[in-house]
Amino acid sequence: MRRLEFFLRLKERKIALVGMAIIALLILVAILAPFISPHDPVEQNLGQRLLGPGKQYPLGTDNLGRCVLSRIIYGARTSLSLGIIVVGVTTVGGTILGLIAGYRGGIVDQIIMRLVDIMFAFPAIILAIALAGVLGPGLSGILLAMVIVGWAGYARVVRGSVLSIKEKEYIEAARALGFSDQHIMVHHILPNVMAPIIVMATLSLAFIILMVAGLGFLGLGAQPPTPDWGKMLTEGRPFMRTAPQLTVFPGLAIMVTAMAFIFLSEGLREALNPRREVAR
Amino acid sequence: MGYIIKRLLLMFVVILGVTVMAFSLTHFAPGDPALMIALSRYEHQIITEEIIEEVRAQEGLDAPIYIQYARWLGHVLHGDLGCSLGSGDPVLEEISARFPASLKLVIASMILSLIVAIPLGIISATKPHSIIDKLVMVGVVGGISMPVFWLAPLLILLFSIHLHLLPVCGCDSIKHLVLPAIALGAGMAAFTTMITRSSMLEVLSQDYIRAARAKGLSERVVIGKHALKNALIPVITVVGWQLMMALQGVVMVEMIFAWPGVGGLMVKAALGRDFPMIQGCVLLFGATCTVINLVTDISYAYLDPRIRYEKA
Repeated sequence: MRRLEFFLRLKERKIALVGMAIIALLILVAILAPFISPHDPVEQNLGQRLLGPGKQYPLGTDNLGRCVLSRIIYGARTSLSLGIIVVGVTTVGGTILGLIAGYRGGIVDQIIMRLVDIMFAFPAIILAIALAGVLGPGLSGILLAMVIVGWAGYARVVRGSVLSIKEKEYIEAARALGFSDQHIMVHHILPNVMAPIIVMATLSLAFIILMVAGLGFLGLGAQPPTPDWGKMLTEGRPFMRTAPQLTVFPGLAIMVTAMAFIFLSEGLREALNPRREVAR
Repeated sequence: MGYIIKRLLLMFVVILGVTVMAFSLTHFAPGDPALMIALSRYEHQIITEEIIEEVRAQEGLDAPIYIQYARWLGHVLHGDLGCSLGSGDPVLEEISARFPASLKLVIASMILSLIVAIPLGIISATKPHSIIDKLVMVGVVGGISMPVFWLAPLLILLFSIHLHLLPVCGCDSIKHLVLPAIALGAGMAAFTTMITRSSMLEVLSQDYIRAARAKGLSERVVIGKHALKNALIPVITVVGWQLMMALQGVVMVEMIFAWPGVGGLMVKAALGRDFPMIQGCVLLFGATCTVINLVTDISYAYLDPRIRYEKA
């Protein structure tokens, strides 16, 4: 699709713009964290425990006297970097396997697709919890788990698209011209399956961020004192009555981030859909 | 029929894959498994090389990996999932004791979500772009992006701590079920509302609906009798998908509300690195999801004959 046309379509979707603006802001916040956070996120100040929002601590402090705002700002780094790594690896891996399965067919296809079926038998979080339990809590365990489960969705979607594309005349023409399979897959098929992949990757960022937070919440993700939104929720729970800000703000951060990616993916879905006319 | 047989065979392969996954999980663990077992078995002794080798031989860890898998699978098929490293009780016993509680919670949340979602989806589809529709859609997006582990504490804060209406945790009465079921059902309700709405919108644009309206039938009859039946087909098949979502959420919800189900058991096992229990839970969840996927696919094929013919 022409690039300009795509951006025009995306611009028509207010919801996508809102999502994009929030994501841009979050990325900026994550990058600039050392410059914009008012305090050190791990510095404890036991004299200033459980303060409400105020001048010195805009969102208050937690039970160890750490600045909640600074921890949320640094927490964005954990969530976003993990999300981007997982989506990067699973998208590339899943797409390659999907391309191979769809294009080659036969036994290779059978093996890859049965693997996909097995992956679909596990809710991602169950496998993540199990792996975190086996490897010991920490970000590497959940990273591995999400990569192991995550590729399957892409492989399935890409394979489906490849199956419908590979019978098209222009692929046959490319083959008749003597291009290698690899060349055809990369230059002729891949560009045509990109649209659903982009939409899926954006949406799955939302779910990965939710899952990272969830595992952090269960105590299986980032370990203290690393600032992590999910972990912050756990730490705030005993003080829910006296310091509700510890429960409210990290949760809000998780929800807004997830929502932004859902908005963007929804906008992308519509903008990338060639059947939809741009309403002017 | 051919499709169902093919699908059953496929399920067999997947279940086998699930067992391989569960088995190989423990091999991801850093360190020597024989040493780990020796450490948990002889807590108060100094672990010597001989003890480790003895344990290795006893546990069959010196055999090739496929033999180990075959032996392990044999035990599993006989219902022997080993004993929990935490409590020392047989894994199968503990899981079966806790399974009914999880089931109760999942079913309650599903019923709740369907009761809320289907009417909301229909209302917003019949009045697209109205204020009600917009409000519903805001709720849907909120419900999808709101993590269950945030919603649950907020529910406790509001209903238990401030309003004193419902208990914080436990599972003694129906009152204890309300908050966990809402927490678990909210996300599912959001998805189901969205699907009901879009399915209803699609049906309402069909010619036979226009024909029914042109005949002068009342809007109630058009929607209730003609549209709803067709619009609900995708919704019914979504139930399977909902169950999968519930299995993900149940882990969190059980932890937060101290609900005595399998999800909480699994988290405890993961935190305590209780390998046999983790394996048992992975097997249970994997097998359950496989069966759910099977039933969903078959019901979909039954409701939509096009699939049956294409795939058979």
